[in-house]
Amino acid sequence: MTSRRTFLAAGVAGGIALGFAWWWRDRPAFVPGGAGVDALTALDRSAPAIVAAIVPVLLAGALPAADPERRSAIDETTLNVGRAIAGLPPAAQQELGELFALLGFGPARIALARVVAPWNEADDDEVAAFLERWRVSGFLLLRSAYDALHQIVLAAWYGNPRSWPAIGYPGPPNISP
Amino acid sequence: MTTAIVPTVRPDPIRSGIDAGWKIIDASALARDLALEADVVIVGSGAGGGTAAEILASAGLKVILVEEGPLRSSRDFRMRESDAYPALYQESAARKTRDKAINILQGRCVGGGTTVNWTTSFRTPEATLRHWAAAHGLTGFGVSDLAPWFERMEARLSIAPWEAPPNANNAALARGAERLGIPTGIIRRNVKGCWDLGYCGLGCPIDAKQSMLVTTIPAALDQGATLLTRARALEFRQERDRVVALTCAGMAADGVLPGPHRITLRARSFIAAAGGIGSPALLLRSQVPDPHHLIGKRTFLHPTLVSAAILPERVEPWAGTPQSVHSDHFLDTLEPAGPMGFKLEAPPVHPILGAITLPNHGSGHAAWMREFPHLQVVLALLRDGFHPDSTGGTVALRSDGTPVLDYPFTPYVWEGVRRAFATMAEIQFAAGATRVMPVHGSGTGYTQWGAAKRAIDAFELRPLVTPVVSAHVMGGCPLGADARTSVVDLSGRHHHLANLHVLDGSLFPTSIGANPQLSIFGIAARLAAGLAATLAKRGA
Repeated sequence: MTSRRTFLAAGVAGGIALGFAWWWRDRPAFVPGGAGVDALTALDRSAPAIVAAIVPVLLAGALPAADPERRSAIDETTLNVGRAIAGLPPAAQQELGELFALLGFGPARIALARVVAPWNEADDDEVAAFLERWRVSGFLLLRSAYDALHQIVLAAWYGNPRSWPAIGYPGPPNISP
Repeated sequence: MTTAIVPTVRPDPIRSGIDAGWKIIDASALARDLALEADVVIVGSGAGGGTAAEILASAGLKVILVEEGPLRSSRDFRMRESDAYPALYQESAARKTRDKAINILQGRCVGGGTTVNWTTSFRTPEATLRHWAAAHGLTGFGVSDLAPWFERMEARLSIAPWEAPPNANNAALARGAERLGIPTGIIRRNVKGCWDLGYCGLGCPIDAKQSMLVTTIPAALDQGATLLTRARALEFRQERDRVVALTCAGMAADGVLPGPHRITLRARSFIAAAGGIGSPALLLRSQVPDPHHLIGKRTFLHPTLVSAAILPERVEPWAGTPQSVHSDHFLDTLEPAGPMGFKLEAPPVHPILGAITLPNHGSGHAAWMREFPHLQVVLALLRDGFHPDSTGGTVALRSDGTPVLDYPFTPYVWEGVRRAFATMAEIQFAAGATRVMPVHGSGTGYTQWGAAKRAIDAFELRPLVTPVVSAHVMGGCPLGADARTSVVDLSGRHHHLANLHVLDGSLFPTSIGANPQLSIFGIAARLAAGLAATLAKRGA
């Protein structure tokens, strides 16, 4: 089990990395209110790859098992995450932007998330371990980051009627007059 | 053979009113700045603002009603969470406290919370009113003082006990409680011709819910009131002890940011009715006099805990009247200022709400979601604001002027949380649950009450380990006779600005200890009638 001290070190490293990430990253000016993947890219250019990497882990057991359905479900969920973020107020978009900037900064990804490969090649087990560490972290900030990813990804999938047959939800009733 | 003429479109009172010439301005579509004048400007169109709008307009006063959200009506309400949350709720239903530990559901649309709430209607509990008199010095807010106002609003909004059988989700709460000797009651609802669909939270698609959207606001518009939608109230401009104007921004088309155009509203009287976060924020932005730093303090939430269970039979928690059964046993058997009491209810569960509430992710989460038709859920709403260790939260402003609520937890609150988890689990097992999962970061389901109880006793209770939700924001501009401890006087008038009133849930000196809409309707009606009489006396 990881000790509290390790988390503290990770937190300090994360803070420093975050500063560097903001300094280094090459991103368009922060413009809230884009749509879909554009909105994700507007937050941070790494955001689409990060979301696409965490979607299959958060939704393990829920997504279709085989391609091409699986691939398109991941793509739609990533798109819907972007759409949902575009509707959030500027303060929330900015915080998510900071989170994606941090995770998108290579040294922070390795040191803090402990995901070795770039996000678009990341190993599912490493991504799962990263999410689990943040979920149970002693740091409120990391737990809140996990919570944000949890909420936005699960909402993006279960708001999609494609997810409903597997959970036995028939959809809204037909009330046409 | 004759052919019946079947209407292809259900009547929609909002569309009919627009066709009949209601004065409605969509501020996101303005091509230039705008200035308007009225007798009264009301900020917010929910339970407080909607109630006040009808009463003031009926008194012959010229009213402008300002709403940040859009005007949507039954024809738009498609019973889909992915449409409804971004369109009808504050921050797409993802509004959070500063540390993100509490998710707050609040309406942002014409009708405010009343357009999206679950229609549950309780009068302010007697224990709450007695506490307000004893601990906060409120006079004239006793049960008999308010009764005529509750009666008036109950008649206006068709509030009556729900007479059809509860859905399976609510029936399980009643059954489990009864087996444990815990009394329950049937909930009263503001509905007329309800079809028992279960989608109240996404906007009533058949106009059965007697929200402000289909009752008081149409009545005010019929009397010539003006409705300004998608306009954010920025600040009250003041001269000496009076508000002279309200400055608003038309929102951009996406509703996320203010757009380029400003609206200046001048009036004799101004009302803040933007809710327990919005009203304090507007007063803070306006820098109204606040010598004792009371605005935005003591903001209460009814912090709410969730317990999920699997029943052998089908529950279909998405279908049928969302809330029809409640228990006040754990309020009534505790003194308000004693250990934290809680009210028990059941929520409607739709896929997004269910998925984001169930803890953890991956295969464990997916396994619970596959049990969706058998899912039974109980809520415990904690009564905050009555004990010295329950002082609620504080509304502050971010650098962009938008509000954020800081709500710290105290050991007193966590003790109530632990008791609530245990009570809910015991009731669910008594109702026949094969598994119970208190919604907590441990994410574990239990098959026996004993094991669940031991686990709950050992739960680590911390922010974002124990998910907490709220659908009731109250306080922040409390009523009172003493300007050292309250923001507005007993008529709802600001202690330092003669023509500014607050008429919404932010008036309450504590939480209500029950779903607050009827408390807001009744108290806002009384204070609005008082204001109407004062303005009429003074003449135009």
